[in-house]
Amino acid sequence: MTFIDYYKILGIDKSATSKDVKSAYRKLARKYHPDLNPNDKDAKKNFQQINEANEVLSDTEKRKKYDKYGNDWQHADEFEKSKQYQNQSSNSGRQQSYSGSQSEGDFSDFFESMFGGATSAGRNRQVKYRGDDYNAELHLELIDAYKTHKQELTVNNKKIRITIPAGIENGQTIKIAGHGGLGTNGGPNGDLYIAFSIANHSKFKRLENNLYTTVDLDLYTAVLGGEITVDTLNGKVKLKVSPETQNASKVKLKGKGFPIYKNEGQFGDLHILYNILIPKDLTDKQKALFTELSKT
Amino acid sequence: MQTENSIAVNEFCIKHDIKISFISSLQKTGLIEIIIIKDSWFINADQLQQLEKLIRFYYELNINLEGIETITHMLKRINSMHNEIITLKNRLRFYELNE
Repeated sequence: MTFIDYYKILGIDKSATSKDVKSAYRKLARKYHPDLNPNDKDAKKNFQQINEANEVLSDTEKRKKYDKYGNDWQHADEFEKSKQYQNQSSNSGRQQSYSGSQSEGDFSDFFESMFGGATSAGRNRQVKYRGDDYNAELHLELIDAYKTHKQELTVNNKKIRITIPAGIENGQTIKIAGHGGLGTNGGPNGDLYIAFSIANHSKFKRLENNLYTTVDLDLYTAVLGGEITVDTLNGKVKLKVSPETQNASKVKLKGKGFPIYKNEGQFGDLHILYNILIPKDLTDKQKALFTELSKT
Repeated sequence: MQTENSIAVNEFCIKHDIKISFISSLQKTGLIEIIIIKDSWFINADQLQQLEKLIRFYYELNINLEGIETITHMLKRINSMHNEIITLKNRLRFYELNE
């Protein structure tokens, strides 16, 4: 556990007045408040630090203790004992901590060691704090994102069951309201944000709601036409191949692509690229036939 | 109109210790929508989170209404750009896989 210089965090010196503390805190809070910096983990960390610094420096008692024992925080308990003999008020009044995401877990070990976390004067005012928002990443395979399904997650040792709608995109985030950190003093719980990371090990490539795949076609079917069976994410389909199909030609199977997010029953298209296979290891007879063909 | 998923503005203001005039100003600037039923004001539950955020801007960060409007607009843009980045990243991934 290392010493934290709360003055440095707020960019003020030790002689700063409570007005200076408030002003410095407000300025930094406007810069780093999580509401103003969505998806920015660094800003959140900075905000927690300035909140903690403010919690200490805006409270007369805490500041006195910090100034006296800050560098020598291991002996802070002695301060507590001696304090019992002093006539002092337990509540220093109106200091304000911002509620953006503050919770007990947001305080450093240093703070907890010196001030015991949740017993701060700020909390005694029964300020309602919204719980922390949690961020989690969920890894899925492309095929898992094809159908709406339920999945059980463990968040902070608590099991929750969520429904993952078909068609979710790689990188997309969904919010599970109320499943973040617990609120303090009756404040609402935070939310759980789940970012999806979708790996694709299938033969299909996905671009938004469309799927793309390459189908090998033998030369004879390409030249003469015929019927082939192709895979889709939803099973196999029969497909007619027109005579004289050229290599790298494309066909589109409407509605055989990826489900459209939150539009049940609607799908993108499946785009097929034909890769015509030239026969190998020809027999003498086959070579002769091709030679004959080439002369026609 | 149903009030099942709504909370009375009066009740909300008491709970959050804020003035009704603030909610009214937010409505006038189009930052939130108010449902009026028989002269009573209600806020839909799906707007509560946004409203709580606006309250934090105003009461905790001391940002005035004009500032809140600007920030809200910028946050919408950030969100839209964030979604665009996801789309572009997925598009890039698609073409990288094709190589």
